[in-house]
Amino acid sequence: MTSRLLTYKDAINEALRQEMQADSRVFLIGEDVAGGAGRDEFPGATDAWGGPFGVTKGLVTEFGRERVIDSLLAETGFVGACIGAAFAGLRPVAEIMYADFLGTSFDQILNHAAKLRFTYGGISSIPLVIRTVTGAGFRAASEHSQMLISIYSHVPGLKVIAPSNAFDAKGLLISAIRDPDPVIFMEHKRLYMRESMVPEAPYAIPIGKGDIKRIGNSITIVGVQKMVNTALDAANILEKEGIHAEVIDPRSYSPLDIELICESVEKTGFLLIVDESHPRCSIASDISSQVVDRAFASLKGPIKMLTGLHTPVPYSPPLEDFFIPSVNEVVRYCTSMIKGENIVNRY
Amino acid sequence: MTTDSKWGKETLRQMLLIRNFEETADKLTLRGKVPGGMHNSSGQEAVAVGVMSALDPKDVIATTHRSHHHTIAKGMPVNIVMAELFTKATGCSGGRGASMHLADVENGHFGGNGIVGAGVGIAMGAALGIKQMGHKKVAVGFVGDGGVNTGRTWEAVNMAVIYKLPLIIIVDNNQYAVETFVERVTGGNDIAKRGAGFGLPSFTIDGQDVEEVHKHTSEARNRALAGEGPTFINALTYRYYGHNVGEKGQYRTQEEIADWRSHRDPIDRFSAKLISEGALTQADYEAMINSVAKEIEEAVDFAEKSPLPDVSTILDGVDSGLLGARK
Repeated sequence: MTSRLLTYKDAINEALRQEMQADSRVFLIGEDVAGGAGRDEFPGATDAWGGPFGVTKGLVTEFGRERVIDSLLAETGFVGACIGAAFAGLRPVAEIMYADFLGTSFDQILNHAAKLRFTYGGISSIPLVIRTVTGAGFRAASEHSQMLISIYSHVPGLKVIAPSNAFDAKGLLISAIRDPDPVIFMEHKRLYMRESMVPEAPYAIPIGKGDIKRIGNSITIVGVQKMVNTALDAANILEKEGIHAEVIDPRSYSPLDIELICESVEKTGFLLIVDESHPRCSIASDISSQVVDRAFASLKGPIKMLTGLHTPVPYSPPLEDFFIPSVNEVVRYCTSMIKGENIVNRY
Repeated sequence: MTTDSKWGKETLRQMLLIRNFEETADKLTLRGKVPGGMHNSSGQEAVAVGVMSALDPKDVIATTHRSHHHTIAKGMPVNIVMAELFTKATGCSGGRGASMHLADVENGHFGGNGIVGAGVGIAMGAALGIKQMGHKKVAVGFVGDGGVNTGRTWEAVNMAVIYKLPLIIIVDNNQYAVETFVERVTGGNDIAKRGAGFGLPSFTIDGQDVEEVHKHTSEARNRALAGEGPTFINALTYRYYGHNVGEKGQYRTQEEIADWRSHRDPIDRFSAKLISEGALTQADYEAMINSVAKEIEEAVDFAEKSPLPDVSTILDGVDSGLLGARK
């Protein structure tokens, strides 16, 4: 299979294109996904943009406005419509411009998309994908910077995916589109331009399978989405100090590959979870509690979480930069944990 | 109708101040002095100044992600606005919210925010509070043409009608929701008619004519103070720049932008009127342009010299702190 370097953004674009080519039931709907529904008489109006990050650029040219639908600013309306369209036999892929705007369509997701299969007897599928954009560090203020993986992972009936690189993004989005259930597919805005080797042909990565991004035996670091890269950078520094960190990328947060994490902890005895989200009632605290439940005897010290703070994401650069866990902090946590030193939580 | 000279000059000065602020801030954003992005309101000055000049300082506004013009017209000093764009500790929100979160609740500015259509609901609640407390003032909710296609906007309009609230809804209709042309996504293509469907006085007006905006807002305010309930005003305007700084959209032609700039610019139109009526001389006008430029220069200087917020304050203001609940 031929592979080449591709950005995260282009890998997502390719997954959408290939699935739309393969299955005429797949369609996209979202704000500006066609690239600005300008007036047809204007040159360039048919494919001007592809959303604020250009992820869907070019798709309207290939598939037309019937399958790449520029919605109005009405998330409640178009996410609701996707549920009905999925029942009707289509495979909608909705785009919510920022994960924060999921708030507007939360009822549709929480009370309908997630629950209707169960409440209607477990038979009717809702093959719906909601793509959205997560993460801080973009100088975009508190309603354009949240993670929200935890909120969606809390809800039974939803699958939640948050890839950390282009390869995983393509394979997991293809799986999400083919999946019979509603999937929340989180794309980190700070990863869009990051490249990795991506096969040209379509391929599917199973939902619910984590991935060991770096093998080690001194400490297990679980990174959440962009924090996988932070953990890998830290692991390179730790290596020079003789600490061999194992870095795990859960990739899917619901279902969560807790077995993979526990197996690693059984080998290393230490667990650090790095997540840029808020610390409380979070995916990090969930992983921590599940590991305590399943692998307590393997632990050589307390599990630590290095997370964002219990505050909305601030805008001002020094505050926002402090909010996001840094490579240096990961290094400091890991060395202290292995030495058995007390670490004062930063939140 | 001849314009009152004093009112006319102050109105023009404010529009010039907003224009200079926006064009300066836009450049500073491109140069990275202002972190992140911002939503430039150049072209839309007459809506902000026309509305605000008809209000009392006690009146309340709630606005949108594009709110520099509303905020400056509402009376927030430009150095404080600029400092917030620079995310400095001296900004109105201490650098925590930046361009989209300009607010001064104590002085009746109930804030902008990054969620489309949210301002009208907040303004409607302010009007409810005003009515319940028996205050003699009104609330104004701004929404864009994108926001008129959200359900929440109409929930708020309906409630304002049934509770007869002292609310004025202003559609700051610049015709593009990010890059989506309003006519393409607005069924019926008559926003004022939608308002009328809820049973309140509803108008489409020329948002490039500051006096027309002022007149309609004044009349709406009088009705609100007389207990006659809300008014809906769809003010047609145009933004000269992209949705966000640096956007090079291909969704509208250069000719369209040039046409709005050269034939319908609110500042050119109003300054020409004042000069033709003898209320303003060309020399006065040039002096005004220079004084406004100096004011903005000083604002930039203030913002540049102000300190960034200290990292030790990062948890401040998450809640009231009354319970010491910081975790």
